Amino acid sequence: MANLRDIRRRITSVKNTQQITRAMKMVSAAKLRRAQERMEAARPYARRIAEVIGHLALRAAPGAHPLIRAGERRERRIVLVVVSADRGLCGSFNSGVLRRSLEFYQERKGVEVTLLTIGRKAGDYFRYRKIPVAERLDDFFRSFDFAKARRIGEGLRRRFLDDGADAVYLIYNRFRSMLSQVPEVLPLLPVTIPPSVQPPIGMIPFDFIYEPSAAAVLEALLERHVNTQVYQALLESSAGEHGARMSAMDNATTNAAEMIDKLTLFYNRARQANITRELIEVVSGADALKG
Amino acid sequence: MIGGAFSLVIVTPEGEVVQTSVEELTAPGALGEFGVLPGHIPFMCILSRGELAYRRGAEKKYLAVHQGYAEVGPEAVTILAELAEAAETIDVPRAEAAKRRAEERLARRGPEAHEIDVERAQAALARAMLRLRVASRR
Repeated sequence: MANLRDIRRRITSVKNTQQITRAMKMVSAAKLRRAQERMEAARPYARRIAEVIGHLALRAAPGAHPLIRAGERRERRIVLVVVSADRGLCGSFNSGVLRRSLEFYQERKGVEVTLLTIGRKAGDYFRYRKIPVAERLDDFFRSFDFAKARRIGEGLRRRFLDDGADAVYLIYNRFRSMLSQVPEVLPLLPVTIPPSVQPPIGMIPFDFIYEPSAAAVLEALLERHVNTQVYQALLESSAGEHGARMSAMDNATTNAAEMIDKLTLFYNRARQANITRELIEVVSGADALKG
Repeated sequence: MIGGAFSLVIVTPEGEVVQTSVEELTAPGALGEFGVLPGHIPFMCILSRGELAYRRGAEKKYLAVHQGYAEVGPEAVTILAELAEAAETIDVPRAEAAKRRAEERLARRGPEAHEIDVERAQAALARAMLRLRVASRR
């Protein structure tokens, strides 16, 4: 039977851990709420841009812009952007997306893959596997805004238009619900034209005046569309991270509670055993004296 | 609809900034400032960085917009902008600080300065000046 003092010490230790996991859970819940709000707020903008591009592309000739590439094309050089979290303790959030990325990378045999990582965990993962990373952004999620996403979008566009990459893919955790994040591969470039929905309310399509020109409007919007997609992926990943950490810490808190219960039971049993043993000693001592 | 009102929606990645009905709008188009009154012909336009103003009755509002795009129709105007800040919400001390910082950076640049850094500083300066100009309208 374990020593009483040892058990007591373990109970205290587990209790301390539980306090930490509980606090982390609360913090994550608060951050999750904020991240979700940002995600919601970004949606109308992204939707509108996608809608307008759908319209413009309907009218534009195929190959109207190098960012929309007509026809299939063999991919010889691609850019792969992997988005993970900066920190751990969030369940399978990082491992899921990183495993998916590694698969994606290994599937592309004979293709020159330029790897970019956002989030410390992704950078570390590939460094550990000795896979060269062209550029890594660490400590990204503590504060990020649209301007940061735009700079990433611009960099990716340059790699696509000037450095001859045939495609750009982004792998990130899509936010399905507070408790569920799914690794997803997003083909970012060339731009896939979003299916055109309804024409904007109160407007006759095909009868617009463009300033400076239809091509210039399309170009500006395509660029913004790419930036917006990057921004949304980052927002989803960030919200997903907090969601994953929240549920991981919730589990940890529950497990700690279970362990405390079990240890307390052990402790009581051990204490009872001690008392019984002492009683027997006293009684048998008295018996011996009598005898 | 002449003499009436039209709806104006301004959306940024941070959310909807304005959703209201207005009687008159002026916006900084890529080829120069343009005005919109109800019943305007359909029109799509890239906005340059600048000042956007709208009027409803006697009330006139000003916003600073960056990286914008406008879709104008007879009854509705939608503006998508990376940033749209109402004159009342602009943080003047912060804009002033940003302006000073950008100016210093531009003054300090040596011959080995990166083109991108210079561009960035110039953009920051332009943004700060725009904010200050719009803020002075309130």
